[in-house]
Amino acid sequence: MKFTCDIDVRHLTRVEGHGNIGIVIKAGQVVEAHWDVVETPRFFEVILKGKRWDNAPWICGRICGICSIGHTLASIRAIENCFGIIPSPQTANFRLLLKHFETLQSHILHLYFLVAPDFLGIGSVFPLIKTNPAEIQRAGRLKLLANDGGDIVGGRRLHPTRTVVGGFTMLPDKKELASLRQRLEEAVEDLKQTAALFQSFAVPAFTRETEFVSLKGTDRYPFIGGDLISSDGVAGKESQYLEMTNEYVVDHSTSKWSRLSRDAFAVGALARLNNNFAQLHKPARDLAESFGLAPLNHNPFMNNIAQLVECLHVILDAIQIIDTQLDTNYTAPRGPVAPKAGQGVGAVEVPRGILYHAYDFDEVGRISKADCVIPTSQNNGNIHYDIAELARISAEAGKSDEEIRIMAEMLVRAYDPCITCSVH
Amino acid sequence: MSPKIQAPLESNDLSYLGVGVRKPRVGFFELSSCEGCQLQVLNNEASLLEFLALLEIVNFREAMTDKSESYEIAFVEGCVTRDDEIDRLEKIRRNARTLIAFGSCACFGGVNQLKNRFASQDEVVKEVYGEDAKIETRRAAPLVEFVSVDLEIYGCPVRKEEVEKIVTNLVVGKAVEHPRYPVCMECKANENLCLFDLGELCLGPVTRAGCDAWCPASRMGCWGCRGPAEDANLEQMTEIMSRHGFSHEQILDRLECFGGFSEFAANYRQGGE
Repeated sequence: MKFTCDIDVRHLTRVEGHGNIGIVIKAGQVVEAHWDVVETPRFFEVILKGKRWDNAPWICGRICGICSIGHTLASIRAIENCFGIIPSPQTANFRLLLKHFETLQSHILHLYFLVAPDFLGIGSVFPLIKTNPAEIQRAGRLKLLANDGGDIVGGRRLHPTRTVVGGFTMLPDKKELASLRQRLEEAVEDLKQTAALFQSFAVPAFTRETEFVSLKGTDRYPFIGGDLISSDGVAGKESQYLEMTNEYVVDHSTSKWSRLSRDAFAVGALARLNNNFAQLHKPARDLAESFGLAPLNHNPFMNNIAQLVECLHVILDAIQIIDTQLDTNYTAPRGPVAPKAGQGVGAVEVPRGILYHAYDFDEVGRISKADCVIPTSQNNGNIHYDIAELARISAEAGKSDEEIRIMAEMLVRAYDPCITCSVH
Repeated sequence: MSPKIQAPLESNDLSYLGVGVRKPRVGFFELSSCEGCQLQVLNNEASLLEFLALLEIVNFREAMTDKSESYEIAFVEGCVTRDDEIDRLEKIRRNARTLIAFGSCACFGGVNQLKNRFASQDEVVKEVYGEDAKIETRRAAPLVEFVSVDLEIYGCPVRKEEVEKIVTNLVVGKAVEHPRYPVCMECKANENLCLFDLGELCLGPVTRAGCDAWCPASRMGCWGCRGPAEDANLEQMTEIMSRHGFSHEQILDRLECFGGFSEFAANYRQGGE
């Protein structure tokens, strides 16, 4: 039995943005266990007010340095949904391909640079450059492929330049697409090696039952638009996002919190996988099963494994998309845009979970109101309750302060929080 | 064939033109920002390891747990939007020999300064968090309003090749100079289609070069994220844009987006009212 413990992690490292963990245990009882987001808000919803529609994707990509592609695409989708623009199959394909490169880039960054050091007992990825050069080279290769894909399809890996309402400013050279395809094929082996590395790590056995929210796949594992679904049986249309998110303000955090059927819910790779397992490519499903990961899995640490599974899925899916586009003659990259008054909602599965952008437009297409609901803010409540449960179990098991701190940090990191994003 | 990732240099004995060079201790810090400029550093897989071999990184919260307050070069990303950030910035300034404003947010306020269009920051808070929110914010401002800045690296995002060049020059003690000419020159040199010929607005003729016409190369007109080129004739430029049929609002959107043209944009905004 653990009698006293006082853990105060201010500015958790190896996560994007600023968050604090606090755990106080007295006489074996958890007195305090909390997750606080202290990031400075940047007020993007206000920034957009009064701006014409064409500013929104350009500005909103800047909400996040990791998932700028996802924000840009969610913003574009919100605008197109309001204006009644249906993207051509070509545009839809290239947007999904671009999205896949972001997913791959972000998951690999998280798995190798942010998570692996925990399992290897080191403070950062930098010592691995000397001790584990093969791993570092592999991580670099995968990340470089994903980033090059972002450059080739989106014009730029960070804050993309070619993605616009109505389509793309220009399309990738087919030779470059073919070379990407070759590298994607080679990446499958790198992912197998990555899986072997993660098989050697002991994923902590921790479960707390919760609700999982994501897009609902119909014919494909979902990333861009569609219906909303929860593992507790709630379903909705994209336009009903407010009923799925129920954001509220808590006084110890600059990020809002969310709830649905329970006190909190989770979004992200594990939520997507739990809700859409059947739509994963077969090798990705097999990979999941080799880790004992099948729906419904309630271990938040398995989010890392779900990310690994998604890496394989997006690589296989990207190859399919490229094959389709290589066999098809390009049509005009960009269609006409005619503004319309009303509201548009765009939902996109970014690496950390489902993201919503919603804008109200006047008749000339100026934004009168904007709302962005970020995956990490939807996860904050769930992270908080997980920390409380982890503290309770750890107190019972008589763990040391250091052990509890490390586990709590790893737990938060498993969600891959994007805190700057969540505050925006 | 996948491009090769270079092996790290054996780096304790760096030299330049036969003269030994000591690796500087470097810290990366962020204020209000998307942290994308820091990620650009990690995003350069092909030369990242060689680049890291030039530096001793002692503080990089996004990538490492250990941290030290002893550093010579501080890269500060983001702008100031809250009082506690001023304290952090002043502390970084005291510790660092060289303080670098890293990216357009740090240099000009970046997209964050678009909230300054609204006079009352209380109203800004209420709009997002509701009537009773106890959220603190202040006018978004660049670093130079609070501390002296030794070097600015422009861009939203910064261009990694430029960052590496600048840092290499710093490490070996060479002077760092920014281009004085506009993006338009780089665009022409790259033989890109002119965006104006495609009916698109572009600030390339007045924006400081150094990005290799990154956006125009993808047929996205320049939004001026690097601020004005030397002697840019903004009056003339806005007249030409109007003649091309772009509205006051469209031109203002570009000029005010990243804060680099803030003084001119403020006057231009009034001209439209």
